[in-house]
Amino acid sequence: MPPSDLGEAVPPDGRRIAVAGNPNSGKTAIFNALTGLRHKVGNYPGVTVEKREGRLHDTDITLVDLPGTYALSARSPDEEIARDVLLGRIPGGRHPEGLLIVVDAANLERNLYLASQLLDFGMPAVVACNMVDVAAERGLQVDCRKLSSVLGVPVIPTVATTGQGVAQLRRVLLDLNGRRPRPRAWRLSEDFEAAVERAARVMAESGATPAYAAPGGALLWITDYLSGEPRARRSAERYLARLSEEHAAVLRESAAAVAAIQHDPAAAVIEARYAWISSVARDVVRAAADDPAARESWTDRLDRVLTHRVFGMGIFATLMLLLFLAIFSGAEPLMGLIESGQEAITEWVGPMIPSGAWRSLVTDGVITGVGAVLVFFPQICILFLCLAILEDSGYMARAAFLMDRVMSRFGLHGRSFIPLLSSYACAIPGIMATRTIENRRDRYATILIAPLMSCSARLPVYLTVIGALFGDRLGPKVAVMFGLYALGTGVALLAAVVFKKTLLAGPTPTFIMELPAYHLPRPWPILRVMWDRSKSFLTKAGTIIFTASIVIWALSYFPESATQAAVPTAGGGDQSFAPHAAEADHLHDSYLARMGKAIEPALKPLGYDWRISTALLSSLIAREVFVSTLGIALAVAEDDAGEGLRAGLAAATWPDGRPLITPAVAVSLLVFYVFACQCVSTLAVVRRETQSWRWPLFMFAYMTTLAYLSALAVYQIGSSGWIGGG
Amino acid sequence: MKRTPLPLKDLQPGQSGKITRVSGTPEIKHRLLEMGLTQGTPVRLVRVAPLGDPLELHVRGYRLSLRKSEAASVTVEEP
Repeated sequence: MPPSDLGEAVPPDGRRIAVAGNPNSGKTAIFNALTGLRHKVGNYPGVTVEKREGRLHDTDITLVDLPGTYALSARSPDEEIARDVLLGRIPGGRHPEGLLIVVDAANLERNLYLASQLLDFGMPAVVACNMVDVAAERGLQVDCRKLSSVLGVPVIPTVATTGQGVAQLRRVLLDLNGRRPRPRAWRLSEDFEAAVERAARVMAESGATPAYAAPGGALLWITDYLSGEPRARRSAERYLARLSEEHAAVLRESAAAVAAIQHDPAAAVIEARYAWISSVARDVVRAAADDPAARESWTDRLDRVLTHRVFGMGIFATLMLLLFLAIFSGAEPLMGLIESGQEAITEWVGPMIPSGAWRSLVTDGVITGVGAVLVFFPQICILFLCLAILEDSGYMARAAFLMDRVMSRFGLHGRSFIPLLSSYACAIPGIMATRTIENRRDRYATILIAPLMSCSARLPVYLTVIGALFGDRLGPKVAVMFGLYALGTGVALLAAVVFKKTLLAGPTPTFIMELPAYHLPRPWPILRVMWDRSKSFLTKAGTIIFTASIVIWALSYFPESATQAAVPTAGGGDQSFAPHAAEADHLHDSYLARMGKAIEPALKPLGYDWRISTALLSSLIAREVFVSTLGIALAVAEDDAGEGLRAGLAAATWPDGRPLITPAVAVSLLVFYVFACQCVSTLAVVRRETQSWRWPLFMFAYMTTLAYLSALAVYQIGSSGWIGGG
Repeated sequence: MKRTPLPLKDLQPGQSGKITRVSGTPEIKHRLLEMGLTQGTPVRLVRVAPLGDPLELHVRGYRLSLRKSEAASVTVEEP
């Protein structure tokens, strides 16, 4: 089911209520408390903004969880989506009948900003004044009755994590009709108001905006149109395009009238709204006798340690090391389990099918393909678990706060650090972790360089080739290994600078970020978030990875020859090298080898023959497959894979008798693997995360070009000194 | 030295000020205003990140982090 179809599951008579609020307001906790963690997760069409919907317990009311935002301007995709959902502008969706606004009682002023923008739309609404317990701890008491009479809608004090107030909130949601908010209480200058009124009349008349939402919509449209921000202006222009020429002309005139009297209308409106909010907050928030600013909260105390020059950085480094170890080695037993399970199933199922193409399809194609998807699953679950804990506890923002200085030097964001660190284990969870980066350009730059971090799948290739190069000399082996990791990282950071200056050029994105109060992560919501995100990897990226596995299997299996009965093929992950020459013969006849032979002329300048080319092609499914395919191609005849392959590599020659693996070729291969995007799964995940084939194709092109040119340079320079040697 | 306007980034950790002006590109200016950094709002510089950037502010009862380059477009005066 395509994600955009989520809305169709709702019965036509079921009401829809949107849940809106600031990030860190406890909006998701309220949503979970009302829906009981039973909800569907998808994506809004064309963007990676998460879409969650759930049923209000024992009713036919659907709650739509909007992305957490601070405002409703069209500055970010999240904000635009939130607004489009409210006004029913999402393709195929209808606008919600009511609104649940979640505000943080301990941070009422800033939360009321979004709330008042939402109430301007005039929909029936209720406000959940959440985390009243945290507010009380800080000596703040919110008078919900007074706030309710100011806003004109019910205001319910809640503590989502304990369930306090949730039942009452549910009762109000069941009977929301008629609870429309008061019209905007604060005024702009007379001429400004006249222009807004005129625009609102036209918007309502045109039918493009419901009449009750027109006054709020008109104010927002005028400020977007005149904001001087390209993205907001484009959004305002898109709205105009939906209107008749006359209606659009009136809107433009209204905007022109405002522009004539206001230098920066967007700023004027924000200032006026906040002035009103400040007075409301003074009225409804009672501070305890002692000055709340003088009280030291838990968050203050923790922050003094966690952002400390020495302790803070030390704790950060320790946490990151733990995160890395968790992904790198914590997943290993599970990955081993999946691999041995895969082998066991192969052994069990294999004999049931007559040998030949069908057996090979099932064992080497389907089972290997499913294994190729599942093998990432433990890493992805662990990463999403760690990320959910970091995010929910409030530490994620501190990690970004600590690392932003370093990352901003390379045009990246403080939040780029954790995705890049994760990419040393595997680029797939790393790329999925970039979702915490708000700005699109920062996020795409991070995605594009993530696969340059040497991942764990490159290790078998590095170990094999370095082993062939240095034998048992530990010193040079360690030095080269370190060099490869450093090379990948260094070039990645340079690439980030280049991308941010060319492809992803634009004004410096902002780092205006709330540092939320810390709180103890709650296990169930965290596990739920982990599961939702990991599952989306299985369903979305998994299908592409599986398909690619079958394609590579078919290429290495066909055409069928007489010799291949009962012979496994390349692409089978971790198979040990069967000592059959027949197996090598079969591979040599396959379409894959023909492709390898076809590209040999292009790879010859790098020092590779068709057997290496074939192994390179087969490793598109996963880099470590390079080792096993090369073993088969070289007809390695030993049980011990490492030793056998090393000997096979040493003995391999060109047809004219020259040794194949010279030091220059070995280094050229290593460099190739540092840079090349030899991983279909990565491309599948980039496709999923960017919602377009353009970015994965670009990634493949730039990384392959980089790999090819570097390997070429290494081989040509290296072999000029070593010709005839080896 | 009282009441001299100075860029927000020049406050000392622990020092407070009152916002007098927000400038910068429309994106940055409007975002800062939306986050509550409007004219006349008291703001306190809580700390500078260990590596020298960004800054942590206390404004309208919550904590906000900004890069120095962004804080340069906010002018404050000592209260």
